[in-house]
Amino acid sequence: MPVALDNNEKFDDYAHPEVLVSTAWLEANLTTEGLVILESDEDVLLYEIGHIPGAHKIDWHTDLNDPVIRDYIDGEGLSRLFSERGITPDSTIVLYGDKSNWWATYALWVIKLFGHADVRILDGGRDKWIAEGRALTTEKPVVAHSTYPVLTRNDEGIRAFKDDVLAHLGKALIDVRSPEEYSGERTHMPAYPEEGALRGGHIPGAASVPWARAVNEDGTYKSRTGLEELYLDGAGLVPGEDVIAYCRIGERSSHSWFALKYLLGFESVRNYDGSWTEWGSAVRVPIVTGQAPGSI
Amino acid sequence: MSLNLPPKLAEIREDFDALSGNDRIQLLLEFALELPDLPERYRDHPELFERVEECQSPVYIFVEVGADAKVHVFATAPEQAPTTRGFASILAQGLTGLTAAEVLEVSDDFPGSLGLSAIISPLRLRGMSGMLRRIKRQVIEKSDQ
Repeated sequence: MPVALDNNEKFDDYAHPEVLVSTAWLEANLTTEGLVILESDEDVLLYEIGHIPGAHKIDWHTDLNDPVIRDYIDGEGLSRLFSERGITPDSTIVLYGDKSNWWATYALWVIKLFGHADVRILDGGRDKWIAEGRALTTEKPVVAHSTYPVLTRNDEGIRAFKDDVLAHLGKALIDVRSPEEYSGERTHMPAYPEEGALRGGHIPGAASVPWARAVNEDGTYKSRTGLEELYLDGAGLVPGEDVIAYCRIGERSSHSWFALKYLLGFESVRNYDGSWTEWGSAVRVPIVTGQAPGSI
Repeated sequence: MSLNLPPKLAEIREDFDALSGNDRIQLLLEFALELPDLPERYRDHPELFERVEECQSPVYIFVEVGADAKVHVFATAPEQAPTTRGFASILAQGLTGLTAAEVLEVSDDFPGSLGLSAIISPLRLRGMSGMLRRIKRQVIEKSDQ
């Protein structure tokens, strides 16, 4: 049985109001049967200094990635990860994390590759929970292991590879990196020299919508109207069209992917996780520099 | 890996080396919690501190070289940035008390030798290399004065 939804008025306007919960809702549901809370942060020590009571840690770096190949875990990996946290296919998972849920939405996207049905995001994430003075604990939950089935990861639908992007050129692309990365002034994000690429710029035709524009000051997603202004009026997306979002390694774009997919209801939106670290180093792929989207 | 480290850094490296996986995370957490507050005389002087741009979280460092040529490393980073605090704390504890010449001799490979790259993405470790580089530069500047 899925856990009851958060009937928050703000969420009602979204295409899929069921994918978000508020901090107040989560506080009231901390011990609700069938609910599993997962924290996914960029700073992998944050969970240890205090987390939402009952929350388990999920580490984007070690839990979700294949240790050798640049790819995600397989069905067995997910089965192990979820079984250890007492998750079953019927569980309602609520994800939250630091940096306006940047890494929480990334984890959600990876989990969705396996098709787990009910995964929700805590609107505003870790910072909002703390800012509101809600309870934290350093106690790690002890749960009985469950048996989560070995599912097949399905990369079709919400994941795009380089060849998919090449075939998609001319259609809608959203570049969620900083303006300096988009124009090609820098080949990596400020402070992330290791995640650079050999060339700077963006994929031809991509509209620039830095990911953080989708959130309010408190880290919550903007209202439906605010998101429409950003992606439809601003970036020129047409409801219903195929969209691919990308950033540097696919984490910031997961945050935008979530907004497009669930909050604005784009049916076909994919996240290109190879992103600029692949495109900007690939041989002979087209690149545009400067502030204009350009064309192929 | 033999890096010929000064005793305190060598000890820290051995401590990490003796642990595996999650215990290394716990040790880094202990360092994060141990990062000392700034002494009174520096608390209200943010202008003295240098931002470590290689770290995404705001971390600031300041190096003092005493008349006896002994180095003292101060660092400050937000409570909600424990990984960064842990890195700063390791360097502050490991380098403080060394002479300027000894600090400059510390291998730039030290951050990479702690065995953290499997549990913390390599790009975060770059932040620690950035701190070490900036500490050394400040040591050079302040030794010349």
